[in-house]
Amino acid sequence: MASLDDLKKRISSVKSTQKITKAMKMVAAAKLRRAQESAERGRPYSQKMNNIILNLSSGISDKENAPKLLAGTGEDKVHLCVVMTADRGLCGGFNSNIIKKAKSYFQKLSDSGKELKIITVGSKGYDQLKRAYKDNIIENISFKESKNANYFDADKVGKILIQKFEQKEFDVCTIFYNQFKNVITQIPQEQQIIPLKINEEEKSSDENYEFEPDEDEILGNLLPKNISTQIFKAMLENSASEQGSRMSAMDNATRNAGEMVDKLTIQYNRSRQAAITKELIEIISGAESL
Amino acid sequence: MSENFKIEIVNPEKSFLSKEEVSEVVVPAFEGEIGILKDHIPIISFLKPGIIKVSIGSEVENYYVEDGIVEFKDNSLSILTSSIFNLKDADKNHISNSISEAENELSKDEIDDQKRFILNHKVEVLKSISAI
Repeated sequence: MASLDDLKKRISSVKSTQKITKAMKMVAAAKLRRAQESAERGRPYSQKMNNIILNLSSGISDKENAPKLLAGTGEDKVHLCVVMTADRGLCGGFNSNIIKKAKSYFQKLSDSGKELKIITVGSKGYDQLKRAYKDNIIENISFKESKNANYFDADKVGKILIQKFEQKEFDVCTIFYNQFKNVITQIPQEQQIIPLKINEEEKSSDENYEFEPDEDEILGNLLPKNISTQIFKAMLENSASEQGSRMSAMDNATRNAGEMVDKLTIQYNRSRQAAITKELIEIISGAESL
Repeated sequence: MSENFKIEIVNPEKSFLSKEEVSEVVVPAFEGEIGILKDHIPIISFLKPGIIKVSIGSEVENYYVEDGIVEFKDNSLSILTSSIFNLKDADKNHISNSISEAENELSKDEIDDQKRFILNHKVEVLKSISAI
């Protein structure tokens, strides 16, 4: 049995851990609100972008000569996966959920004999993937310096992707990120961005647009932007998810620490009581023997 | 019948401007400026660096954009752009920085004609702004 002193030390150490997790929870809650707001503000842009592309692609007459970003290279050999994770840990299952999703996708790819290339965004993903997929990772991008997800960073990633696509380094590109549903639930997502998948059912209007200049040129101009937009959207969702996930993880940790403190305190009191009783017995039996 | 229509300008981070009652908008489209009034036919085009003029009644607001997409449909105009600011809030230092950046880019050899055209245009517009 641990001595009274040891117990006392344990209790104070758990208490100070609890203070830290509590503070982290507060910080995450504040950041979450901001991240959620910017995720919501960013939505109209990507929605509008999507709509315009839908309208444009339905207007394209010559499918054969459609831009490659839309139609694909015609092959399906090399897959590029962009795994987007956080730069920091201590956020529950946030990072591992994305990695798990990505790994099962990688497995599927290698089972069907496709070549796999990986770009990791965020250092945690890199740390977890580098053990098993060291040779597949071609680039690791991290935005540790920038405080919030911003379009500038997303654009950088987008440009890298497009450059690699133009150099024919891959045929299909998929991004992995966590979609923010609420504070407790984040859903890991895989989304194919090159070639762009168009949901046929969403084609709403048969509006006859006037295009200036022609469709192809507009599409050629728009599609690279759409890549950056999609990545930006993923980054926003990710940062909201990260904070949400961290908040609930830290909430749990604080609660667990509280339980532990209670348990240790009871143990401490018991052993103190036992020591007192023992002393009393000693005194009484000493007095009796006189 | 009112002669007004809706405009919404969004950038990736937020909805930049949203007005219900504008009478005329002039946008710097790639092949020249387009003035848009109510009941314009549906159009999609993209922008080159220039100035968007938004008229609300007799008031005119000017915005500088670098690139973007315009879509007009059902009397609602959407402009998607990644870089925009109101001319009133223009920051002289920022503008002169952009000018020198663009000129720097222009002096490189490997750029293609379309890019050169856009950059030249950008320098011109920015210079005219900073001259005001």
